[in-house]
Amino acid sequence: MFNNLSDKLDKALHTLKGHGQITEINVAETLKEVRRALLDADVNFKIAKEFTKKVQQEAIGQNVLTTLNPGQLMVKLVKDELTTLMGGDTVGINLGGSPTVILMSGLQGSGKTTFSGKLAKYLKTKKTKQVLLVGCDVYRPAAINQLQVVGEQIGVEVYAEVGNQNPVEISQNAIAHAKTNGKNVVIIDTAGRLAVDEEMMTEISNIHKAINPQETLFVVDSMTGQDAVNTAKAFNNILNFDGVVLTKLDGDTRGGAALSIKSVVDKPIKFIGTGEKMEAIDVFHPDRMADRILGM
Amino acid sequence: AGKSKVDDDVLDNLEEVLVASDVGVTTTLKVIDRIEARVAKDKYVGTDELNKILREEIAGLLSETNIGNETDFVIPDIPKKEGVKVPYVLMVVGVNGVGKTTTIGKLASQFKKKGLKVVLGAADTFRAAAIDQLQVWADRTDVPIVRQEMGSDPASVAFDSLKSAVAQNADVVIIDTAGRLHNKVNLMNELTKIKRVMQKVVDNSPHDVLLVLDGSTGQNAFEQAKQFTKATEVTSLAVTKLDGTAKGGVVIGISDQFKIPVKYIGVGEGIDDLQVFNKVEFVDSFFK
Ligand SMILES: Nc1nc2c(ncn2[C@@H]2O[C@H](COP(=O)(O)OP(=O)(O)OP(=O)(O)O)[C@@H](O)[C@H]2O)c(=O)[nH]1
Ligand SMILES: Nc1nc2c(ncn2[C@@H]2O[C@H](COP(=O)(O)OP(=O)(O)OP(=O)(O)O)[C@@H](O)[C@H]2O)c(=O)[nH]1
Ligand SMILES: [K+]
Ligand SMILES: [Mg+2]
Ligand SMILES: [Mg+2]
Repeated sequence: MFNNLSDKLDKALHTLKGHGQITEINVAETLKEVRRALLDADVNFKIAKEFTKKVQQEAIGQNVLTTLNPGQLMVKLVKDELTTLMGGDTVGINLGGSPTVILMSGLQGSGKTTFSGKLAKYLKTKKTKQVLLVGCDVYRPAAINQLQVVGEQIGVEVYAEVGNQNPVEISQNAIAHAKTNGKNVVIIDTAGRLAVDEEMMTEISNIHKAINPQETLFVVDSMTGQDAVNTAKAFNNILNFDGVVLTKLDGDTRGGAALSIKSVVDKPIKFIGTGEKMEAIDVFHPDRMADRILGM
Repeated sequence: AGKSKVDDDVLDNLEEVLVASDVGVTTTLKVIDRIEARVAKDKYVGTDELNKILREEIAGLLSETNIGNETDFVIPDIPKKEGVKVPYVLMVVGVNGVGKTTTIGKLASQFKKKGLKVVLGAADTFRAAAIDQLQVWADRTDVPIVRQEMGSDPASVAFDSLKSAVAQNADVVIIDTAGRLHNKVNLMNELTKIKRVMQKVVDNSPHDVLLVLDGSTGQNAFEQAKQFTKATEVTSLAVTKLDGTAKGGVVIGISDQFKIPVKYIGVGEGIDDLQVFNKVEFVDSFFK
C-alpha cells in the first residue's frame, strides 16, 4: 500500500517548495503520511507519534526543501532514524558460564519451541557446542513431544521429566544433568504465557531466579500489532531479558512491532526466524527491517 | 442544546482508542466518518451518547455479515444423501501458531456437549508432534481421531477422515491443517488440493472453512484473510487469545471488507475457553 511512500512524500513536499524555508506547519502534511505508513506497519501509535516528531525536527534542521528531491531526502531521514532506533551496537549471544544457560520466554505460539531447536542447531554447528534442550512446558498438549521431535531432527539431546509439573525443579535438574554429561549450553523452552497471567508470570520469574541464565530471550511473532509494547514491557519488567527474537519474518508482515519493542525496552533484537525449518535462523539487520517497515 | 460537531479532542481520542485496538487507519477513518455524518444529522448531547453512537457504528460495520447473533454452538443440518447421513465438514486453516488445533479441541467439546458425534482429522502432518497434540484433545473430549504418520500426505488424511466420519455416521468432522504463511504459494495450493480431495467423499465439502486469526496480530491479518480466502473460500473467522490485553480490532475491517462473519473467540487455553462471538461485547472491550 505504501510502496510509494517516497512518491507520496515527494508530492507532499513539492507543494511546500514555494514556501522556501521549511517550517513546523508546512511539514505536517508529509509527516502525516509517514505516521500513517508506520501505523499500517503496526508500529505502536504512541511510538509513531514520537518518531514523527523526531523526524520533523531533523527535517527542519536539515532544511529538506532546499534539496533537489525533498521526498527522497525525507525518506532517507525516516529510514536512517528507523535504522538507528532499531540498531545500536550489535550484541552477540553471551556464551559465558559453564554451562551457558539460555532461557526462552514469550506469548503462546510465538515460536519459542521452534526457535529453541534452531538456536541449538546453530550453536552446535556454528560454535561446536554440546547443547542440551530442556522441556519446561508442562502445560501445552504434546509440548514435550514437540521438543523431542525437534531434538531428534537436529541430533540434540532433550531433557524432560515425565510427570514432574514443576518447571523450576526441571530446569535445575537439567543444569545438573548438563554438568555431569559434558554439555556446555542449556536451552530452556518454556510454556507460552500472557503478560496478564500473574500465576504464569510468577512461574517464569521463579525459573529465572532459580537458574540465573546468561541469556534470557523474549520471542515475539513479527505479525504482532499494537499490543507488542504491553507484552514486551511486562516481560521485561519481570525478566529484564537480554535480547529479542523476531519470528515468522518469512511472511509478508511489515513488522512494525520490531520498532515498538526496541523503543520501549531498549534491548537488542538478536535473531530472526525465517521459516519453520531448523536452518531458518538469521541475525538481525536493522537497515533491512527499516526498509521492510516502510514497505520498500 | 446539542452540538452538531464533534470536538476534535474527542475524535482524536477516539482515533487513538481504535488504532490502539488494531482496528487500522483505514477502518478507523471509516468509523469516524460515519460518526461525523451521523452527528451532523442527529446532533449529539454528551459524551455518553457519543460513546453509544460509536459502538453502534462499529457494530454496524460488523453487522451485515454478523447478523446471526448466535449465542450457541450450532451447526446447520446437511441434507441426507440417498438416505445416508452426511457429516458437516469443517476445515480449519490459518498461519502458524494462531490456535487452530486448540480451537478444534474446544469446538469438539462444545459440539459433543450438544450431543453431536464428532470426528477429528489430523491433517497437520508437518509440524513436530502436531498429531500428538490433536490426539491429546481427542482424548480429552473422548472423540475419535483419524491420523497417519508424520510426513504423510495431508489430503490423504483428510480423505480418510471424511470416509471414516461417513462410515461412523458422524454429525461433524473437523479437519486440522498445518499452519502456513499465506505468501507461500505451494502451501496454499496444498490447501486447495485438500479441499478438492474432500469433495470426492462429501459433495460440497467443506461446508465451513474456519480461518483462525491470532487476536494479537496487527494489520497483516488483512493479507491473511485475503490469501486464505483466495485459496479456500473462507466462510467464517475465529479470533483467539483475547484473554490477553490485545483487542483483535483488525477483524472489524476484515469482516466488513470480505463479508465473512466472526463466529468464535478464544479466551484461554482451557477446553471451555471458547465463546460464540458477540459484537457488542467485542466493541466494548476496546474501551476497557
Ligand atoms: N513460517 C514460520 N513459522 C514459524 C517460525 N517460527 C515458528 N514457526 C511456526 O509457528 C508455530 C508455533 O511455533 P512454536 O515453536 O510451537 O511456538 P511456541 O512459542 O513454542 O508455542 P507455545 O509453546 O504454544 O507457546 C509452529 O507452526 C512453528 O512451525 C518462523 O520463523 N517462520
Ligand atoms: N491464552 C490463549 N492461548 C491460546 C488460545 N488459543 C490457543 N492458545 C495457545 O496458543 C498456542 C498455539 O496454539 P495451537 O492450537 O497449537 O495453534 P496452531 O494454530 O494449531 O499452531 P500450528 O499448528 O503450529 O500452526 C498454544 O500454546 C495454545 O495453548 C487462547 O484463546 N488464549
Ligand atoms: K502469534
Ligand atoms: Mg512451545
Ligand atoms: Mg496446529
